[in-house]
Amino acid sequence: MVGYVGRRMLQSLGVLLGVSVIVFGLLHLTGDPTRLLLPLEAREEDVRQLRALLGLDDPLWVQYVRFLGRAVRGDFGLSFKHQVPALALIFQTLPATLQLTVAGLGLALVVAVPAGILSALKRNSLLDAVCSVGVLLGQAMPVYWLGLLLIMVFAVGLGWFPAAGRDGWTSIVLPATALGAFSMARIARMARSGMLEVLAQDYVRTARAAGIRTFVVTYKYALKNAAIPLVTIIGLEFGILLGGAVITETIFAWPGVGRLAVDAIFSRDYPLVQAIVAVLATLFVVINLVIDLVYTYLDPRIVYVRSAR
Amino acid sequence: MSVAAATLPVVARARRRVSFRAVFGLGVLLVIGGSAVFAPQLAPWDPARQMLLKRLRPPMWQERGLREHPLGTDHLGRDILSRILHGGRISLGVGLTAVTLSALIGVTLGLLAGFFGGRADAFIMRIVDVFLAIPYILLAMGVVFALGPSLLNVILVMGATRWVQFARIVRADVLSIREREFVAGARARGNRPLRLLLRHVLPNALTPIIVVATLELAFMIIYESALSFLGLGVQPPTPTWGWMLADGRNYVATAWWLATFPGLAIMLTVLAVNLLGDWLRDTLDPRLKV
Repeated sequence: MVGYVGRRMLQSLGVLLGVSVIVFGLLHLTGDPTRLLLPLEAREEDVRQLRALLGLDDPLWVQYVRFLGRAVRGDFGLSFKHQVPALALIFQTLPATLQLTVAGLGLALVVAVPAGILSALKRNSLLDAVCSVGVLLGQAMPVYWLGLLLIMVFAVGLGWFPAAGRDGWTSIVLPATALGAFSMARIARMARSGMLEVLAQDYVRTARAAGIRTFVVTYKYALKNAAIPLVTIIGLEFGILLGGAVITETIFAWPGVGRLAVDAIFSRDYPLVQAIVAVLATLFVVINLVIDLVYTYLDPRIVYVRSAR
Repeated sequence: MSVAAATLPVVARARRRVSFRAVFGLGVLLVIGGSAVFAPQLAPWDPARQMLLKRLRPPMWQERGLREHPLGTDHLGRDILSRILHGGRISLGVGLTAVTLSALIGVTLGLLAGFFGGRADAFIMRIVDVFLAIPYILLAMGVVFALGPSLLNVILVMGATRWVQFARIVRADVLSIREREFVAGARARGNRPLRLLLRHVLPNALTPIIVVATLELAFMIIYESALSFLGLGVQPPTPTWGWMLADGRNYVATAWWLATFPGLAIMLTVLAVNLLGDWLRDTLDPRLKV
């Protein structure tokens, strides 16, 4: 177990190293970053001076090592636009994004898990049919469209919730619903198929044959085992939600990291873009590491030789 | 295995019921695909033609609606139906090419990882992990913005960020295929590794590739529209569904039809492709987890 934890952590570090290469490459994709920093009419001499100052004349690998050294210490440089450390900006906006993501995922779980389990228990019932239509629609509806529809109906039409901003609990309802819908559909689908699979297992039949009440068999034996695979997808779902937050925050003017990122991209604020990609990727890696470890604990049958992810 | 045996009736039942869904999906897809291909013939108006006197007209069944603009007009007086028909060309065209590209990358890497194992496998799978960890939409936005939002760049970026799904599923499949006897036999007959891979391993891994490709197509359509919606897709005057939604966003309070119809087009297309993908999976390989 300890060996596995150590290996899994090392592997996560390797992934983060890979992320850093891509994040570093992002800046150099544009060719010469000094041109972005200086006004168009800057003299050739100034450009050369700034290049030297930023160390852009050094070999690429030297620049990368320097970048990595700083990034490890949380130093991604100053945001071009805001002229404050990029990381500070992220920490200001991250709570809003986490709030939205957790609300979206929470909503998805609260609706999807019972819906999926009930559909499995009452297979081919009206409820099952309604759920499966919901799942199909939820998976086909892009978050930006669902967001607009929600605004049209519940903000503009009925006036129940605000259409934009982050002000009081009512303002999170629409963005969290839009963001969580896709995950809701996927989780409901997995919960249903997982439950069906478990209900068909021999030990469930044995338990039934032994005269244990259906209620106990369903909710104690089957449900516990069906819940295990759900835990792993939550980690991946979380990554999808963080990505989805970029769009959701743009639609609902939610002051989070996603909106900051879109803004940074459009104002060519590369240090900020780099920092955001790095922070979100790190968050994803750490969450999945924790979930993998919890998973091995929950399901002792799993002996990892190599991570199956 | 007992699991397979026990779930068999479920699968059989699912298959019978799913066939209706598959027919529905295929039908919708044919209609949408056909109307995209024949958009220039079918569209009543030039999608870029602005008729400022007829701005923001609602669909024809509403008051002030015009018979010649069945789904209404946008803020520049352009015919929404014509724009949706033409937009389908971009959505489906970009989606299909991006899926092809990402399949080429992903299948190649998955084959190499699964077949050769060892260090090659470990290395490729770590790259997969890196791509899983990075929020692809941000990466795509950053790259497209840096390189300039052209049709080609959008397709390249979409393909380069989504190959991971193919790599994972192909690798997992190849890991078991390479242990099978016919592969050992082919090897014993003196086939070289490349021939072994292409003639014996790849054909046996086609099922998951087809299924993933279908489901990924649905994803790519949403992805393309998202980039468009954020202003980083194919540029105007080419109409795309994502652009239309972005335009409609400014009129959610006054003109609901601007954002509603293009979104409906995206949803129907994605729904149809998903139904087809589900059916393919259930029919070809019900145990496939994608």
